[in-house]
Amino acid sequence: MTYLPILIPVPLLLFAFIGTLAGLWRRSLAYGAALLGTAISLGVATAGLVVVLSEGNLHHFLGGWDPPWGIEYVLDPLSAFMAMLVTFIGLVVLIYSRQSLLHELPERVVPLYVLKLLLLAGLTGIAVTGDLFNLYVFLEIASLAAYALMAVGGRQSAMAAFRYVVLGTIGGTFYLLGVGFIYFSTGTLNMADAAQRLPALYESRAIMAAVAFIVLGLGLKMALFPLHVWLPDAYTYAPSAVAGLIAPIMTKVFAYALVRMFLTVFQPDYFRVTLPVTDIIGWLSAAGIVIASILAIAQRDLRRMLAYSSVAQVAYIGLGIGLANPLGMIGALLHILNHAFMKACLFLIAGGIRFRTGLVDIPLFAGFGRLMPWTMAAFTMAALSMVGIPPACGFFSKWYLVLAGLDAGNWVFVAVILISSLLNAVYFFRVLEQVYIRPLREGVAEEQVREPPAEMLAPILVLAAGIIILGIINVVIVTQVLYPVTEPLR
Amino acid sequence: MITRYESPIVEVVCRVIVPFVQVFALYVITHGHYGPGGGFQGGVILAASFLLLRLCLGGELAHQKLPPRLAIALGAFGVLLYGLTGLVPMMAGGQYLDYGHLPIPGVSGAELRYVGILIVEIGIAFGVLGIMVGIFDNLVERQS
Repeated sequence: MTYLPILIPVPLLLFAFIGTLAGLWRRSLAYGAALLGTAISLGVATAGLVVVLSEGNLHHFLGGWDPPWGIEYVLDPLSAFMAMLVTFIGLVVLIYSRQSLLHELPERVVPLYVLKLLLLAGLTGIAVTGDLFNLYVFLEIASLAAYALMAVGGRQSAMAAFRYVVLGTIGGTFYLLGVGFIYFSTGTLNMADAAQRLPALYESRAIMAAVAFIVLGLGLKMALFPLHVWLPDAYTYAPSAVAGLIAPIMTKVFAYALVRMFLTVFQPDYFRVTLPVTDIIGWLSAAGIVIASILAIAQRDLRRMLAYSSVAQVAYIGLGIGLANPLGMIGALLHILNHAFMKACLFLIAGGIRFRTGLVDIPLFAGFGRLMPWTMAAFTMAALSMVGIPPACGFFSKWYLVLAGLDAGNWVFVAVILISSLLNAVYFFRVLEQVYIRPLREGVAEEQVREPPAEMLAPILVLAAGIIILGIINVVIVTQVLYPVTEPLR
Repeated sequence: MITRYESPIVEVVCRVIVPFVQVFALYVITHGHYGPGGGFQGGVILAASFLLLRLCLGGELAHQKLPPRLAIALGAFGVLLYGLTGLVPMMAGGQYLDYGHLPIPGVSGAELRYVGILIVEIGIAFGVLGIMVGIFDNLVERQS
């Protein structure tokens, strides 16, 4: 059983290269390799979650070297949860991407599948590793794959990706610098071992600097307001199937890494009492939620609107971390899950509309509700969830965040969540109004406006159904998986 | 357009040097696990020999020696070799990358780890070779 943690990223890595070889022989085989690798990984992650919940944490020591000398891979409820989320969204978006990529970038399908697998390998690796430096390695694998994936969309996407390269590299470097400080203060890179040694050094300036660097670096990577400037352009100009993969999971995994630092590597009190880290994250996030939501209202391009909405939603996660109480952490982690489903669904729909009509501007979507009923029903579902209407899952994470705000007596945060729900309603109902109420625009060819092919529609509907299902079973997820995670906060 | 620099001197020198460079690369690769060197360094030297051919002989002739697609395939094969060397000990009851559990008959203990790391170094060398040549081919590829 102890081999389960390593078997999550390894199939993705190996199939990336099997896919390269197969793709050189027959282009279409790369897709099969990508699908198979992700499916195996999802299976292992699911098995891992089940085993971890019934039998406790799993540890795997790479190369047979015991920690703290060797690299340790740990599967606990939180990392298994993240790995399963990443691989599930990865699999769904991969199924979607075959038609989408053949349409948008027929020449480059093989490298794109390979890069997607490497991205997923990096992200699952961040989830399962128990080593600070190994986390950096996976962070770079994921980031490099993401830079390349985002850059292939065309001239504008290359520019946007370059900006992301610069800021992302700064983020990665800051994280590494922080890890370096921890290493020369404690002499260890193993997370569990560092957690043992760090409390004695909490007064040390080197450790304080390490915290500042790590939080700033991961903040850049997770696009925490106001470090989000790279995100809107990068998401807008990336190919649909890429934006659909990166937007839902990438920033979330870095949020997970931040939670890991907060709960596992350092003691929570160091972040919320000794240093005002959670306060800073919380207040910046609160500002980010409102400002990014308002910016989202101002956008014409659907993809850009969704990108700004992503900034706001990541800030929700930041807000939950910033509240630093058990309910806030549950809200933040549940929102990682819920938002992944919602944002994947929305980006895939934006890609689906673009696939059929080539349109991206919201005013041109007038009258599409009648012509693409299933797609638009899924859009409505995701939009209602984003606004936070039960029983869609988006309601529950906001509910926990509001409860956490009340618990902490922080009325400003409660107000921010409620106001932002209204702002969400404004920018999503603006789209719904165009889609369902306005008549079709002149100049939009009616025969082009139809449902995307089944291969693209099915993932959209699966995610839309997932939004409802997650809403219904959220109690199970919270009590079984997330509640134990918040143990250090109680 | 990017073309080779046509000169008989450059060509002859290149033809003489390349075999020596490659032999030296093999030396560096196979000595990596108990001396200075290893898969990364050796792989780069090996790649440099093929890049020298591409620079001196021009695309068509050099591509016969190592076609661009073969370079990519070698790179992928190298990384796969590394990954599978990690996976095999796990199936034999050890941990991932635990060379002490490689099921190779006739060797055990330190010697087995020695063989394991050698296989990994060879994998790395292929990987680096593929990537270096791949990057070069990509950069000089004619814009269509």
